[in-house]
Amino acid sequence: MPYPVEQNEKFAAYAHPERLVSTEWLAAAVESGAVAAGDLVVVESDEDVLLYETGHIPGAVKIDWHTDLNDEVSRDYVNGEAFAELAASKGISRDSTVVIYGDKSNWWAAYALWVFELFGHRDVRLLDGGRDKWVAEGRELTKDRPAPASGNYPVVERDDAPIRAFKDDVLAHLGTGPLIDVRSPEEYTGQRTHMPAYPEEGALRGGHIPTAASIPWARAAAADGTFRNREELEAIYLGEAGLTEGDDVVAYCRIGERSSHTWFALKYLLGFDSVRNYDGSWTEWGNAVRVPIVKGAERGSVPVAVGA
Amino acid sequence: MTTQALPSALAAIVDDFQALSEPERLQLLLEFSEGLPELPDRLKDHPELLEQVVECQSPLFLTVETGTNDDGAVRLFFKAPPEAPTTRGFAGVLHEGLDGLTADEILSVPDDMPELLGLTRAITPLRMRGMTAMLGRIKRKVAAASQAQA
Repeated sequence: MPYPVEQNEKFAAYAHPERLVSTEWLAAAVESGAVAAGDLVVVESDEDVLLYETGHIPGAVKIDWHTDLNDEVSRDYVNGEAFAELAASKGISRDSTVVIYGDKSNWWAAYALWVFELFGHRDVRLLDGGRDKWVAEGRELTKDRPAPASGNYPVVERDDAPIRAFKDDVLAHLGTGPLIDVRSPEEYTGQRTHMPAYPEEGALRGGHIPTAASIPWARAAAADGTFRNREELEAIYLGEAGLTEGDDVVAYCRIGERSSHTWFALKYLLGFDSVRNYDGSWTEWGNAVRVPIVKGAERGSVPVAVGA
Repeated sequence: MTTQALPSALAAIVDDFQALSEPERLQLLLEFSEGLPELPDRLKDHPELLEQVVECQSPLFLTVETGTNDDGAVRLFFKAPPEAPTTRGFAGVLHEGLDGLTADEILSVPDDMPELLGLTRAITPLRMRGMTAMLGRIKRKVAAASQAQA
């Protein structure tokens, strides 16, 4: 049974307030025993694979995007069987309410949430502010590993089409719908082929996908890692980026994790019905044969040969 | 894989990792993270004496001291935040494996040593390159200091 939705003024302004919970709300849920009883499943998903082990929210289980959600041999996500097995082993059932949080303002938490949605998991929420806010507030952390009762998860085939874009989808999208590039300005202009402080993971070419607007992912987050309020988000995405209601939007970054954060903001906070995350992102596009790129700060236009 | 070419302390660490299952290896890395010594006071208050290894995904600062000891021992100092345990773990391994060795011994460590820890499946290639970068930085600094003294 779905767990009650948090009601507060900030969330109420969002298109889908049921997709977020606050640290106060989660702390109360932990206190009430709901997490220990398995009524609410809390998942930590971090960029640093050892962070969970140093202490986590009481009762939280760990999901590692790299080893748990990715297929080992194909650059793809796990299939329905593997996901069902993973979910069940974490005490998650098909109707469980799942709350995900993580480091780095929820990059990997948003990514994990997005993968849950590829499998159509109905009730999955983010902890606004993520791990850092919980820690900054001095809330309880434990090293105790929970031993969840096995969940009951059916084998569900992934349905990628509604929220995931592949390279060919993006090629077809060029000139017809907006793209949001959430990488750093240096990556967008092509000055560098990788994110600042990540010099080793590059692409052959630097630049961006033609017509993409540059809105670095962190613009959606306030200083404490929580999402900006609706008014602020509208100023950024409707104002600066020029999105309009009803747009079919594609977001991308380097491998799809930062753009999951933006995908979440566009879909659930601003209420765009059609938002896809291009997880191949720049590591694919910047290396792919016969796809156009644009260098510099201008969005650029679609080359005739591609758009025709 | 052989660990013969490694200095003995580092070879022992590699053997420890190799003897474990993958989840246990991560646990051991966590222990190295917890075991990374604090900076001495003379460095703690002088962050400008340390330099950042930008290849690491999380902030990692280090400095190398050579030639100040009669026995030629190289001393290594690292600083990484507790919220970056993987990076701290790598620093802990390098500290325990290399601190106090001579410049020649450190320069003899193969550049791909981090891969011997058996973590490449559990930890992303990007992160492993962070540790490789840390080792590379140490070796470059040691080499530069050796040349300056020669």
